[in-house]
Amino acid sequence: MSNLIASTAPKARQLTHEEIHDIEHEKTHYPYAQAVGLEALKIVQKYQGWVSDESLLAVAEYLKLPPDELEGVATFFNMIFRRPVGKHVILLCDSVACWMLGCDNLKAHISSKLGIDYGQTTADNQFTLIPVPCLGDCDKAPTMMVGDKTYRNLTPARIDAILAECKAHG
Amino acid sequence: MAKITVDGKVFEVDPNNNLLQELLSHKQDLPYFCWHPSMGSVGSCRQCAVIEYANDDDQRGRQVMACMTSPREGARYSMDKAHQFRAQAIESIMTSHPHDCPVCEEGGECHLQDMTVMSGHTYRRYDGKKSTHNNQNLGPFIGHEMNRCITCYRCVRYYKDYAGGTDFSVQASHNHTYFGRFQDGSLESEFSGNLAEVCPTGVFTDKVFSKVYSRKWDLQSSPSVCAACGVGCNINPGERYGTLRRVVNRFNDEVNGYFLCDKGRFGTGYVNSAQRISVNMSRSAHDARPSEITPVDAKAKLLAMKGNAIGIGSPRASLEANYALRALVGKDNFYAGVSDVEFGLLNQVIDIYQNRPVHIASIKDIEKCDAILVLGEDVTNTAARIALALRQSVKNIGKEMAARIKLPMWQDAAIRTLAMDKKSPLYILSSHATRLDDIARQVHIGSAADSARIAFAVAHVLDSSAPAVTGLSDAEMALVNSIATDLKAAKHPLVVSGTSSLEPALLNAAANIATALGNGDQRGNLALCVPEANSLGLMLLMDGSQNSLGKAMQSGARQAIVLENDLYRRAPSATVDSFLSGLQQLAVLDHLQHRTGEAANLVLASGTFAETTGTFVNYEGRAQHFYATFKPVAAIQSSAKWLCDSEFGNEPRIHILTGGAAAILPNGYKLQKLTPGADWTFAGQRAPRQHHRYSGRTVMRAHLNVHEPKQEQDEDGLMNYSMEGVPATKDATIFNSPWAPGWNSNQSLFKFQKSAGGELKQGSHGERLFDENTGAKAWYAAVVQQAAISGFAQFPIYHLFGSEELTAQSEAIQAKATGAYVALNPADVARLGLGASDGVQVQHNGAVPYLARASITPGTVGISVGLHGLNYQNMTTAGVSLNKAANWQNPKDWRASNIIVSDAGSSSAYGRGTQG
Amino acid sequence: MTLTNKPLTKNIEIGRAPFNFAQYQAAGGYQSVARALTYKPRDLMKLVQDSGLGGRGGAGFNTGLKWSFIPEPDGGPRYLVVNADEMEPGTFKDRLLMEHDPHLLIEGMITASIALQATMAYIFLRGEYKEAEHALLQAIKEAYAAGVLGKNIQGSTFSLDMALHTSAGRYICGEETALINALEGKRANPRFKPPFPQVSGLWGRPTLVNNVETICNIPGIVTNGVEWFKGLGINGQFGTRISGVSGRVKKPGCWEMPVGTTFRTLFEDYAGGMQDGYQLKAFLPGGGSTDFLMPEHLDLPMIPGDVAKAGSRLGTSLIMVLDDKTCPVGCIHNLIKFFAHESCGWCTPCRDGLPWSEHMLVKLENGEGSLKDIEILKEMCGYMAPGNTFCALAPGAAEPLQSGLKYFHDEFVEHVNHGCKYKQH
Ligand SMILES: Cc1cc2nc3c(=O)[nH]c(=O)nc-3n(C[C@H](O)[C@H](O)[C@H](O)COP(=O)(O)O)c2cc1C
Ligand code: SF4
Ligand code: FES
Repeated sequence: MSNLIASTAPKARQLTHEEIHDIEHEKTHYPYAQAVGLEALKIVQKYQGWVSDESLLAVAEYLKLPPDELEGVATFFNMIFRRPVGKHVILLCDSVACWMLGCDNLKAHISSKLGIDYGQTTADNQFTLIPVPCLGDCDKAPTMMVGDKTYRNLTPARIDAILAECKAHG
Repeated sequence: MAKITVDGKVFEVDPNNNLLQELLSHKQDLPYFCWHPSMGSVGSCRQCAVIEYANDDDQRGRQVMACMTSPREGARYSMDKAHQFRAQAIESIMTSHPHDCPVCEEGGECHLQDMTVMSGHTYRRYDGKKSTHNNQNLGPFIGHEMNRCITCYRCVRYYKDYAGGTDFSVQASHNHTYFGRFQDGSLESEFSGNLAEVCPTGVFTDKVFSKVYSRKWDLQSSPSVCAACGVGCNINPGERYGTLRRVVNRFNDEVNGYFLCDKGRFGTGYVNSAQRISVNMSRSAHDARPSEITPVDAKAKLLAMKGNAIGIGSPRASLEANYALRALVGKDNFYAGVSDVEFGLLNQVIDIYQNRPVHIASIKDIEKCDAILVLGEDVTNTAARIALALRQSVKNIGKEMAARIKLPMWQDAAIRTLAMDKKSPLYILSSHATRLDDIARQVHIGSAADSARIAFAVAHVLDSSAPAVTGLSDAEMALVNSIATDLKAAKHPLVVSGTSSLEPALLNAAANIATALGNGDQRGNLALCVPEANSLGLMLLMDGSQNSLGKAMQSGARQAIVLENDLYRRAPSATVDSFLSGLQQLAVLDHLQHRTGEAANLVLASGTFAETTGTFVNYEGRAQHFYATFKPVAAIQSSAKWLCDSEFGNEPRIHILTGGAAAILPNGYKLQKLTPGADWTFAGQRAPRQHHRYSGRTVMRAHLNVHEPKQEQDEDGLMNYSMEGVPATKDATIFNSPWAPGWNSNQSLFKFQKSAGGELKQGSHGERLFDENTGAKAWYAAVVQQAAISGFAQFPIYHLFGSEELTAQSEAIQAKATGAYVALNPADVARLGLGASDGVQVQHNGAVPYLARASITPGTVGISVGLHGLNYQNMTTAGVSLNKAANWQNPKDWRASNIIVSDAGSSSAYGRGTQG
Repeated sequence: MTLTNKPLTKNIEIGRAPFNFAQYQAAGGYQSVARALTYKPRDLMKLVQDSGLGGRGGAGFNTGLKWSFIPEPDGGPRYLVVNADEMEPGTFKDRLLMEHDPHLLIEGMITASIALQATMAYIFLRGEYKEAEHALLQAIKEAYAAGVLGKNIQGSTFSLDMALHTSAGRYICGEETALINALEGKRANPRFKPPFPQVSGLWGRPTLVNNVETICNIPGIVTNGVEWFKGLGINGQFGTRISGVSGRVKKPGCWEMPVGTTFRTLFEDYAGGMQDGYQLKAFLPGGGSTDFLMPEHLDLPMIPGDVAKAGSRLGTSLIMVLDDKTCPVGCIHNLIKFFAHESCGWCTPCRDGLPWSEHMLVKLENGEGSLKDIEILKEMCGYMAPGNTFCALAPGAAEPLQSGLKYFHDEFVEHVNHGCKYKQH
């Protein structure tokens, strides 16, 4: 391979066996490879935490989709992370029911405690804080998700406990 | 047709079309962005809003987008009542626009500017921050300034959906929506330049033009024809201060429509090249130093050769220049300036067109076709605009499916969804993978002779009276049958072939299939690609003469006049060497210096297409007239004028020469219809090449002389080199660049079309010289000469960027081109013991780098044509021996990453596959 | 045996794991499948149409009628897609159904697929609904094992596959044609109708998109019949639906109740009225994209037509209560910010009109706004009105804004002069 393509250009990485296994499973559900694109990105994110350029290229190559096309999909969806995130992603609901019940205060609390604003990651790479639209638990507002778990009826004290637990369990 | 009322006016409209297009056809000023005549409607920009009333009593109506509305018989609409909404739409679009019109290349011909003024948004109320984007480096052709984006989605719809590009997409969302590539990098589509015209604002601009920018109204332009290949796309070049600044599309309904290829658009840099021959030179003896002579002396020396010299014509020179040469040297002394193989092939094309019952397919015809066989022609590289047309042909199945559920044809997105990956059948028989493989139902890789045998068999299956072929394998027969079945089932079957494979049997086989497809009134569509802008024009001027270049070289002539031609690209170097050394007097007329010119005693600076007026005959036998865009410096004259003998008068009107050619060409009388006539005026005036707003004319030379020079005269005819005259943009016969009140961009075109998106009011430019042959079916014998070979069987590989002689000398093209190379199967690479950085010594030729391509048949070698470093004419047909080159180092102009192939076996499936 | 009057929630007990296949079947589940197999597909569609079941996804269109636009089978694939994207602010009913009784949805999907002659059924699930994802995956597995999914269901000629698709967070995916694009792996821009999905939907094939709750109604209707279903409603309405309340009420939550129940019954009897110290100021009747209603509207029955007459939409029928200590401008700002961010970017009024609106609301909240901004905000509502945009997102977004400007005009003006008084204490 020669020159013109800048040497800094990312290259596809090797997908792991788990990733390939999961992608292959998804492929059984759809008649077209393109339909698996988003699912595959989510699978990669599940294992890698986020979707790097190298991961995106790997998925594109594996599914024989143009990377440009896949990037269009990846950047459309809120929950595909195209930048690195911390070990624990805090999704704080900032929609109307939670807002009425004080999620702005919770946000301020988390920000001051962890020293990060929305979209930022703590220096120790433990936490990333991201706002999320209505989590569908408005009767138990305010709410948030950390990883796969949803936490309801939040108070600053409960948040402290949740964050402590996350840290404790690595 | 349906009658509708719009703001009290009654219009007859086509209910199968959308309301926007119909209103534009009635020349109404209804703003729009996302709609495009070639791409249909998607309804995203909301700029074409109108009010639709349910019935006579309805006073409120409801707002609809005209582009997404089928007009109903008797319905009432209002454009006026939706005016406020359209103003709001512009106002909100403009909230994030940088308002950088003064430094924007689109300024003055910007659709966004026009629509903004038209919708009346002049006062800015938004006082917040603008969202901003990063720009990308998209390569040498296209500039990117995303902050000017109004998110109309036209670019991505053009690039991906229309042109089939895969390295460009829409990214992110809401008001951060972004149009670009995954990463910075040169756009891969051979049709990327159209982005600059499709984008209604200044996001995608012509980068080449930007470097030598001038406002639209300061460009002197003319109706012209692209000189870069045999398709004959209509172009509109623009000049300022004596240099050619840019080329934009000139609409021709039957040929290029709205789009050009990147070679045509960006390949004209050679006109301004520092290497231009801009003075006339002469030398007394071969070894003497050439010295500059005056034009008068140059002409005298040239004319002095009359009676003693043979003339060698040129497929890239105008009909008029060739005719003038022929007239000067006499019919018997006039030789075709093409290789002997090509001479035979082109004569064969003419024979087929004249004597077989086939329909010669224009690009418009091709786009209608619904089953296609591409036979041994890499059209993307040899006749690119046809490749873009074929990408439309395969979409016809979607239209058929849409018709079945009564979906209107303008419903672009819905039709694509409906079709999904279904494509009308397209088969490719080729000696290597091509850029159209992604849309092919089946690709068969084999030698040109193999392809021809398969094709002869297809003709036989279609019509058993066509000659049969024996000895095909089961797999080949299966392919034959599916091709025949699909072609037969099609409403409009098409065969595309051409001369580039250098295989006569391919042309004959193509003719047999097209003949076999004929039934009664319907003849099979046939498009035969030819190499150069005037290949057919030159051959028609031969008028059956067998004066090939080989004959010229054996003629024993001691004097020769070579018109716009480097003979080293036409014949083996040794043959040319010996021919040239036998000459006492050699005159060469050309634009750029080349090996033949270096051997000349007399070199005449001749004008390029941009500086001359004349006629080209394209692949379909369509004669098209082009007008000089600007006058070159005094020493440069058009070849036609140099060659014009005094019997035509020393200052001929080009029409005299056209008339001379007309007397020779079939249906030559039609050439007269190409122009409104030598003495044409409109309201007593000629047509101007400069816009009425052309500025600075009186001061352009003020730093040299306070006197304003006299405007240049055009003795050839109908157009002035000035802003004086009547712009022939309305109903006139000479149509320069479109411009209508309120519509300063190229979108104004609809004002000059019969119906929006359709033919120009004055018809389609050009006259087809071949009559459709209505005779009985006749067959070419299924003879395929399979030469016994030793060594590797070679086949030519062409490059859109680099293979063509003149465009290859344009800076922008060079950035996308590469030097010569050979392409081999990896197994042969191993067999020859080639390491990653080794070179290959090619028999009878130089040593070059190599490229390993899995799809190349073992034992065969692809040899680049026209690229610097190899002379394809040196190859004999009997095979070539290859060896590892000694002490090899890849030359600087070897740029493998510029070679875009679509080999299935390549490391990447998205056309980014570069190996070697 | 007396038939249930809570067909949607009868199996739900918060705190207990959802029924597995056997438990669900023992509780009377999956009877509709066997029954549906005895029907001609068109008759089954007719049955659902006659029941008067309206879509629970927001628009309320008659479900059986919507089904009937699907063309006759042509041998190719046909799809049922369940819209489980639930991202409408203030809406939390589908989550309840899927987390707590996944087999009800699956039974409904199988039965609906029999009517539609669908060959494949997808659940398009909001990615954040992890509990629902686990429950549904488990239930689908059980259903395959029990032979109600897969080849030749219950010995019939009818075969059906089912898969769960989890999305990645975009409100627009709830719009049925955008959902189809997302399911195809494309950017979730909506599609133009016609063609309707029934004719050319997923991959250009006949497709029906229905809400989770809509489909959960199907087993009951097919098992117990139209008359039973009709009898469940009150005030001239049929069936039950899940309604709920969020905001500063005593007992926020959601409950299955007869269609036709009044807002007051929901608000006072189910939700226990306002928390102490708070007054009801206004409420959004059915999600963030509906117009505010005022306390005087509490006696309206929750019927689409009645709510429309009052100037709003029933939407998802989960109401959000605005109390007297919360700033209405801030509430509207929160909603518009959401919609501006969730705009897919396809059409101009939404993509560029919403961020501009958001900008003006920020200015007002910060005390930097002007009366002109209020005028422009009103203009924006007209600009984003139905018909002006490509889909219903922006018109929906305009609803709380336009009604807020109407009902809380004085407070908007106060913001011009004094900034937000609620923030100040
Ligand atoms: C912006 C937007 C978001 C929507 N979100 C949802 C949703 O989350 N869930 C849903 O069932 N319907 C949603 N809908 C309505 C759907 O488009 C569609 O009408 C519904 O799924 C049809 O189902 P039904 O007929 O069963 O109600 C949304 C519509 C729009 C315009
Ligand atoms: S209203 Fe327009 S921009 Fe907004 S979500 Fe719908 S299609 Fe997209
Ligand atoms: S041209 Fe009609 S919506 Fe864009």
